[in-house]
Amino acid sequence: MNPLLEVGGIGLTIGERTILTDVSFALAPGEIVTLIGPNGAGKTSLVRIILGLRKASSGTIKFRDKVRIGYMPQKLHIDNTLPLTVSAFLALAERDARKRDQALDKVGAGHLGQQPLYNLSGGETQRVLLARALLREPELLVLDEPVQGVDVNGQEALYQLIGQIRRESGCAILMISHDLHLVMAATDRVLCLNHHICCHGSPDAVSSDPAYRELFGVRTAPYTHHHDHEHSLHGEVKPVGDRHA
Amino acid sequence: MPEVLFMPLLAGLGVALVSGPLGAFVVWRRMAYFGDTLAHTALLGVAAGLWLSIAPGLTVIGVCLLIAIALLFLQQQQVLAADTLLGILSHVSLALGIIAMYLIPGARLDLESLLFGDLLAVSRGEVGGIWLAAAMVLALLYWLWTPLLAITVHEDLARVEGVRVGAVKTVMMLTLALVIAIAMKVVGVLLITAMMVIPAATARRFSRHPSQMAMLGSVAGTLAVAAGIAVSWFADTPVGPSIVLCAGLLFLLSLGKSGH
Repeated sequence: MNPLLEVGGIGLTIGERTILTDVSFALAPGEIVTLIGPNGAGKTSLVRIILGLRKASSGTIKFRDKVRIGYMPQKLHIDNTLPLTVSAFLALAERDARKRDQALDKVGAGHLGQQPLYNLSGGETQRVLLARALLREPELLVLDEPVQGVDVNGQEALYQLIGQIRRESGCAILMISHDLHLVMAATDRVLCLNHHICCHGSPDAVSSDPAYRELFGVRTAPYTHHHDHEHSLHGEVKPVGDRHA
Repeated sequence: MPEVLFMPLLAGLGVALVSGPLGAFVVWRRMAYFGDTLAHTALLGVAAGLWLSIAPGLTVIGVCLLIAIALLFLQQQQVLAADTLLGILSHVSLALGIIAMYLIPGARLDLESLLFGDLLAVSRGEVGGIWLAAAMVLALLYWLWTPLLAITVHEDLARVEGVRVGAVKTVMMLTLALVIAIAMKVVGVLLITAMMVIPAATARRFSRHPSQMAMLGSVAGTLAVAAGIAVSWFADTPVGPSIVLCAGLLFLLSLGKSGH
């Protein structure tokens, strides 16, 4: 199958600083690819170039035909002088109120519609941003640090949600993360970026790759345990695995 | 109502009407200082009109628009912090404008009326011009309401969703320039920003939606204009500053309401 997106030899130089050199990869339809790398590695710059938000110094970005892109930015700063409810925020992308409600339901935030945006918690904000990206019925979802400002349990839930969205809609997902451990289960392929692509492959392959270990330092596996129940955003107790049903 | 106040009131209301929606964007986008800088360049516009023997209203719009676009460009270069850049341009253009006017041969200008407004001397033709410009501004803001709000909330996100950010911003600058040109007569260049910021800030506490804030801002602006003209009439105070003072008092009153 033709790739959805082909990134060819992207380079970016700002003044004297080289941000990206010769970054190439392809993204297949329905594939989840995660960009990981330390702060300042050029992950966000690369994503901005792919989205057409900034120009690369060299290289090409090729999309298959016209690809509908849903974008979830890293941060949303809403000044509290702007009285904006979640629903009004989504209305900036979609006039149809029913579709807005559906998108909110899909991300498990159906109860937030009338809340002012600046009152939301980190996890709620991320879900609302994800709902806005979904309103575009994207073939490609671009997520810049989708779990930023979310506690660990919430991070896991968000990654599950992202995986579920891919299963249901079949869209390809390109996301940025700086933690491989949590993202492992949710991704097909990992690109380890530090100005250039250090290594790439399946999450397992990358985590044992010497280049990855050098970049992040060898870490012991984080403590994990299983929960016998979960909480929805409303605080109700749900059985494990029943999330966002 | 004394008949001499009819034209001034009409002129003031035209400005009050646009102060709500445009002022809301100035507040949301944190452009108060930007607006102030543009307002100061209006003096240069007046001077240009006198030099070229063109209606000053038109040259004010032209000069403000030119400076606004230059400012947008300079801010993108990020050579200086935005407020430093504005601080330099704001006062240099004010100084330049005043000097330019002193240098015009044979012109006897009432600087005070330029700086603080001269509403009571407004002519029928000027009122027509104010309402024409106000109608244009309202139409433009109505037409571009959603994309303007989208770039205010998150510019990159709006761009990815297909909003033509540069074009929308340019139209926003055009509306600012238009409003500065018409508000000059009412409150003068030094107080124009007040007419944009204060009514919108007053409306904030009573609003749950952006459009509600825009409309209530117009209401607050209208009240301030009416009250200001009345105060000026009875207490014999200068009109422009009286209007701004009334707007400020309204804002103070609004603080009494617990906010959302």
